[in-house]
Amino acid sequence: MTDTPIAIREPQFQQLQTALAKLRADSSAQVAFLVDKNGQAIAVQGDVSNLDTTSFASLAAGNVAATGGMAELVGEKEFPTLSHEGERESIYICVIGRALLIVVFDERASLGLVKLRVKQASREFAQIFAEINTQANETTNNESLFAEITDEDIDSLFK
Amino acid sequence: MTFINYASREINCKIVYYGPGLCGKTTNLQYIYDSTAPASKGKLISLATETDRTLFFDFMPLELGTVRGFKTRFHLYTVPGQVFYDASRKLILKGVDGVVFVADSQEERMDANIESLYNLEENLQTHGHDLMKIPYVLQLNKRDLPNVIPTADLTAELQRKGEPVHEAVASTGVGVFDTLKSVAKQVLTELRKS
Repeated sequence: MTDTPIAIREPQFQQLQTALAKLRADSSAQVAFLVDKNGQAIAVQGDVSNLDTTSFASLAAGNVAATGGMAELVGEKEFPTLSHEGERESIYICVIGRALLIVVFDERASLGLVKLRVKQASREFAQIFAEINTQANETTNNESLFAEITDEDIDSLFK
Repeated sequence: MTFINYASREINCKIVYYGPGLCGKTTNLQYIYDSTAPASKGKLISLATETDRTLFFDFMPLELGTVRGFKTRFHLYTVPGQVFYDASRKLILKGVDGVVFVADSQEERMDANIESLYNLEENLQTHGHDLMKIPYVLQLNKRDLPNVIPTADLTAELQRKGEPVHEAVASTGVGVFDTLKSVAKQVLTELRKS
């Protein structure tokens, strides 16, 4: 089945940001990041001044997609969590429906703590995404905004 | 799959460059990257082998401007063209909003073009997409080479649904932006319909 577009509105965006900020603080992580499975960055919390978040999002999605492909080959539906441990920085990724929750952490946090906090937070993220999906199926005034895009609007992007 | 963030007023769309091995998909992206102002683009990520063949994908984000107050950002991906990387190609098509098929105009690559086009149709179907419905552009690349098939013959063989056809020499940039504009316009028009 073809995926429907993800459309996030202000209240849900704020809820996601709040939940991410809490997760980051609770797990003593540097960055907590939400990405959709196709590689689009959704929301991020933490110091990302030295992190190219757009590239990071696309690579994380590629990573999860490749691992998911391997899961299928060995008869699993998916591998819902991934972790990569480096000398200083580590990454933990958890699949939540159509989104990936990614935590970047260093020696101030432990993988065990991060796993625990992500597990605790994942229900809240799942609830927010359920709301987003419900709203995507409802017609709102905002949606008509795209219906009003004219050929001139589109052409103006290419001048 | 288009991602619309009303909070930050952004529209993000995914465009995939598809085609047989060595047809010039990465060269298209490289040219776009080299010719775009730094403010409008992110990094060009290439997951390639040691011999510079695409292993998983190339990726670059490109910001085109604002439509109705929304920043429009296109995420451009290539697939690995070599036949045995089919599993990776399938993954990259997930959530695609528009496809560019880059055909190699050389006579000896005709079979590879046809095989790759069938492969595209099949792989789109596994994600519930129909080539006949998705925003789609055909690019006839390498028009500068001596042994190319005439445009009319290539078009007759490869055009599927009256999609726009662009002649190109990706290495020098000929037709590269025309192709991109063509597919991007279709993607935005589709967004308007939905």
